[in-house]
Amino acid sequence: MADKPKRITDLGSPDYKKFLPPAIAKNYGKWKYHEQLGKGVMKHVSETGDELYTVRIATPRLVSTDYIREMCDIAEKFCGGFLRWTTRHNVEFFPAKDQVDALTADLKKRGHLVGGIGYGISNVVHTQGWIHCHTPATDASGVVKAVMDELHEYFTTKSLPARVRIALACCLNMCGAVHCSDIAILGIHRLPPKVNEATLANQCEIPTTIASCPTGAISPNPATKSVKIKAERCMYCGNCYTMCPSLPIADGSGDGISIYVGGKVSNARGPARMSKLVIPFLPNNPPRWPETVKAVKHLVEVYAANAKKHERMGEWIERIGWERFFKLTGIPFTYQHIDDFTFARDTFRMTPTFKWE
Amino acid sequence: MGNDGKTPMLDDLEKGAWPSFVKEIKVAAKKSNTAKDLLGILERSYRDKVTHWKHGGIVGVLGYGGGVIGRYCDLPEEFPGVAHFHTVRVNPPSGFFYTSKALKELCDIWDKYGSGMTNMHGSTGDMIWLGTQTDKLEPIFAEITAKGWDLGGSGSCLRTPSSCVGMARCEFANIDTMDICHTLTHKFQDELHRPAFPYKFKIKVSGCANDCTAAVARADMSIIGTWRDSIRIDQAEVKNYSSKMNIQEEIVGMCPTKCMSFDGGALKINDKDCNRCMHCINQMPKALRPGKERGATIMLGGKAPIVTGALMSWVIVPFMKLEAPYDNLEDLIRKLWEWWDEHGKNRERIGELVDRMGMRSMLESTGLPPVPQMVKAPRTNPYVFWAPGEVK
Repeated sequence: MADKPKRITDLGSPDYKKFLPPAIAKNYGKWKYHEQLGKGVMKHVSETGDELYTVRIATPRLVSTDYIREMCDIAEKFCGGFLRWTTRHNVEFFPAKDQVDALTADLKKRGHLVGGIGYGISNVVHTQGWIHCHTPATDASGVVKAVMDELHEYFTTKSLPARVRIALACCLNMCGAVHCSDIAILGIHRLPPKVNEATLANQCEIPTTIASCPTGAISPNPATKSVKIKAERCMYCGNCYTMCPSLPIADGSGDGISIYVGGKVSNARGPARMSKLVIPFLPNNPPRWPETVKAVKHLVEVYAANAKKHERMGEWIERIGWERFFKLTGIPFTYQHIDDFTFARDTFRMTPTFKWE
Repeated sequence: MGNDGKTPMLDDLEKGAWPSFVKEIKVAAKKSNTAKDLLGILERSYRDKVTHWKHGGIVGVLGYGGGVIGRYCDLPEEFPGVAHFHTVRVNPPSGFFYTSKALKELCDIWDKYGSGMTNMHGSTGDMIWLGTQTDKLEPIFAEITAKGWDLGGSGSCLRTPSSCVGMARCEFANIDTMDICHTLTHKFQDELHRPAFPYKFKIKVSGCANDCTAAVARADMSIIGTWRDSIRIDQAEVKNYSSKMNIQEEIVGMCPTKCMSFDGGALKINDKDCNRCMHCINQMPKALRPGKERGATIMLGGKAPIVTGALMSWVIVPFMKLEAPYDNLEDLIRKLWEWWDEHGKNRERIGELVDRMGMRSMLESTGLPPVPQMVKAPRTNPYVFWAPGEVK
């Protein structure tokens, strides 16, 4: 077909320079300092003396094209059509100084939440859940919505001792890599996969399926041209299901949520660290997951009442000790809290020095 | 039970102060049957407490091995609009800056071919377009490339690299994160679009140790800006801060290396003891700035739990100068990939391979020298391997 247009491939990312507001293009690499002017407004000052104002709002991450168009309209009205998304799913606008108040008022009038800057709770990084994924142990957007309906004031007005980064991953694959968050909400399975013997031989490659199990729980079952699963070895990671659709692991009552706390990625005051398990299981209770909402709120409140200024949740817990953390929060300590997988020994305490009440 | 079109559970999530994704799906559902059935099948998951999505099939555009995730639902008769519900990943510009004109053009394309629902952005950083059918993929690809956009990565390939806002709007940036991200994306187009690795490989670029992209947790290669000389101090501004905060308690007292002192007038820093953690600079950005000899620490191995447990990246190069066109970084990445390609098993991330083969194999193969910054402390275990030539 002679009139067929030439196929274009391998363009890569479009040039970011095309999308920079003029004030940013001019002062790129020249920023000198910034000041926070409220929970949702900050000012950056350049070595050239130029000032840049940023106004930030929360988004639900899962948005329609009409939502994006609304963001565009706002950007056109107040800042020359330039806008930005943050790594935590917030939207940022760059108004001139005399437009900051008008923009903020307009955003609030439209029902948007202005905030997310500084010591409080910014937007929640999360995964797809039941919206689009084949391996989730819980929903993502619904849990986040329910939790943030309860905690939104920490985004808009209320302050905390430091940043509290909340993230949610709907299974252990952790597309949202939540494992270094102040509060990580993690979907888990608690039952081994069921073997669908009728379909396995057609759907799955048996050696790959066996090799996919990190604990060696899967063995061949030649009689049925299928596999057997040693239930007591299974830790419900779901890796076999990713390799083999005939090993479904999702279960309405087995699945639910676990909560990990005290991780961070910033190196300020101390290195980045992983989050640790504090609540092994909470049920999936849609649409509002009341047990999870209550637990997260409780953790935030106990932290807020006890931590020193600038202390992240993990730093606070390390200062007071885990035994006091469990006492202060009233969370029971169980077998599940003691690691028994790859890195277990690193987590055992090897000193007789404790803080007793 | 049947699809009665009612969604009482999801309707409840339209209430409340936090922005509602249910409202968004309902907006899209006015124009799209795909979005309408997405609402229906999600309500069914809320009732059943399990997902209704099946494993993806192999779908994509000609010549690419990734960028589209195949997705099918397990109730196609009841919810025909989402019988096929593929996801398209669009590679965003570095730093997620956009113009309204460009975004509106993309919205028009997506409304024409898909559900109108998106993730801004997905966990790796792509713009995610949720829900289209196989026959729409080539037209979508033709239209986005005509406007200068391309697909992102999926499968066992280089996933779409991402960066923090960096020098565009942050005084802490020690490296040009957005340019590094953009340049690497372009150097590695083949590796991004045509999966040929043992498993996925993620690159994230943060301008300082605050690590706003969570590179240490979320990237196989974490590039984190730092400096080597002294923190720059403006003592007049220190004095201004001293009227707003307790410098002794909040800055000096919380310094992890105890390298500072404050006599009420001047702040003194013993830079030889400073480990560049960013705490003091974060709190007093007007008074303190990173030094001028800037570069990055290169770390390797970060990943989520599947399969042998979550890893955080560890140091492989304590300090690397990073200036365009970043050939030194490209060279290192290519050597790492060569080693991983040679030894990695199917679905083995590079960090897991280092675990299995040892740091020495990786270091010898890439030519990186062993240095103390790589370890928290030297080994305690006495089972030490010696290479044949080392024992004479």
